[in-house]
Amino acid sequence: MNPAMTQSDQDRHEERGMNDYNFAYLDEQTKRMIRRAILKGLAIPGYQVPFASREMPMPYGWGTGGVQVSAAVLTPEDTFKVIDQGADDTTNAVSIRRFFQKTAGVAVTEATTEASVIQTRHRIPEAALREDQVLVYQVPIPEPLRFLEPSEVETRKMHELEEYGLMHVKLYEDIAQHGAIATAYAYPVKVEGRYVMDPSPIPKFDNPKLEMAAIQLFGAGREQRIYALPPYTQVVSLDFEDYPFEASKADHPCGLCGAEDSYLDELIVDDAGGRLFMCSDTDYCAARQAAGHRGADAAPVLEGMA
Amino acid sequence: MTPLLQVENIAKFYGARIGCTDVSFDLYPGEVMGIVGESGSGKSTLLNTLAGHLTPDRGAVRFDTRADGLRDTVTMSEPERRMLSRTDWAFVHQHARDGLRMNVSAGGNVGERLMAVGARHYGDIRASATDWLGRVEINEDRIDDRPSAFSGGMQQRLQIARNLVTGPRLVFMDEPTGGLDVSVQARLLDLLRGLVREMGLSAIIVTHDLAVVRLLADRLMVMKDGHVVETGLTDQVLDDPQHGYTQLLVSSVLQV
Repeated sequence: MNPAMTQSDQDRHEERGMNDYNFAYLDEQTKRMIRRAILKGLAIPGYQVPFASREMPMPYGWGTGGVQVSAAVLTPEDTFKVIDQGADDTTNAVSIRRFFQKTAGVAVTEATTEASVIQTRHRIPEAALREDQVLVYQVPIPEPLRFLEPSEVETRKMHELEEYGLMHVKLYEDIAQHGAIATAYAYPVKVEGRYVMDPSPIPKFDNPKLEMAAIQLFGAGREQRIYALPPYTQVVSLDFEDYPFEASKADHPCGLCGAEDSYLDELIVDDAGGRLFMCSDTDYCAARQAAGHRGADAAPVLEGMA
Repeated sequence: MTPLLQVENIAKFYGARIGCTDVSFDLYPGEVMGIVGESGSGKSTLLNTLAGHLTPDRGAVRFDTRADGLRDTVTMSEPERRMLSRTDWAFVHQHARDGLRMNVSAGGNVGERLMAVGARHYGDIRASATDWLGRVEINEDRIDDRPSAFSGGMQQRLQIARNLVTGPRLVFMDEPTGGLDVSVQARLLDLLRGLVREMGLSAIIVTHDLAVVRLLADRLMVMKDGHVVETGLTDQVLDDPQHGYTQLLVSSVLQV
């Protein structure tokens, strides 16, 4: 991210013959406003910064917040990657990737290690991210207390006064009803011992990865909020002493690459209830398969094909 | 003896209208004070002002805090005041719906105050919730039901359990028996009287039901048009009313 991106970016952009759009779609004033919100968010980790969210050429719920944050942090030299629930090849991911290819002309990739800006919907890539990378989350509902306390005035007051007892009422209800903390995604976390934050609907398997080397930015377009985690910020998943937090995943290896440490999607593959478990992170799975790892359900390697 | 609550010249106005004015009294530990009066006499305004839900325009409300003795709750910071209302204070609303979370189980409702003051052990929270449901005569097997599945009387008892679980020293009650039928009222009053005596609670009870104050309150304050017109021991005020309005109030009670 380069907060001081200037008119020269636009010049370089125009040199490449792309005059139809301003670089990365948004006008410079808007990007400046979003960068201010991002900087404030980084200064107060976990705090939801209001920003003047713009109409984007896609419906709310499709990542308008993430797209605006990506637009504000992209530079012409960046390499951009988009994942949707871990996959590079779903509609949402392909659309957003093409959007920035067209409006910013940036290089795109599917390889996690090659990307400098990664926009994600509901997953953190399996490969550990580095200090020179930025992870942008699409957030549907930034307020972790929303379904417990409907009043925004009251929830802001609760954040202000650190009154987070109610968050544990939700976890209590989980245990009372299901015998365990059944919240499996959007699992609430406490940032640096201060703000309780919704990590967006990532599976709780990903929660431990929130303490990472990369900058993490969260954008909620419809709700007009941006928040952020600077590198190596302390992020603790809420729990009870006698029901500690557990990062859970399906108890299987990946059927395609055999990985035992990755988050899995479950696919019904035939009418007889046959199931296939496979990595939700397509890039991770493909890279492992290319390196020769094979799972139980992988297509057999034909002689002479390789 | 230090009073638990010291109210001095409290006044609350709604624009030019008087909510309540010139109210002063001391409440001592273990004492139950009743506030009676007709609708619009300012009793709920007074109660909400004392409990910190409304900011008074004049006067002081001093509470004997555990840490620093008497402190003015009007001028203390909001986090401190909210902390008091989660720990040393309790507020029982007339409508249980206002005081309960209707989409959270009975156990969660009782446990909320514990979790708000930092309890993080599920087993302990659940044990206190079970204990308190028992004390307000709600069957243990209803602990995971939502209050919306409870009768009006049970909701009111649940609200009381939820408020008393942190062991408050001062309870504000706004018409705690309003809207309940008489047999349920009687049992609720019995329960309240037992809890107040057993825990040594101080309470301020707002009601228009004179029978409730006769049962529960040691002292009585009669309000009319935002002013206190008569105060005294409950029996004394009810048996020998001095002010014209109090006489009217006492003689208006239907005899069965």
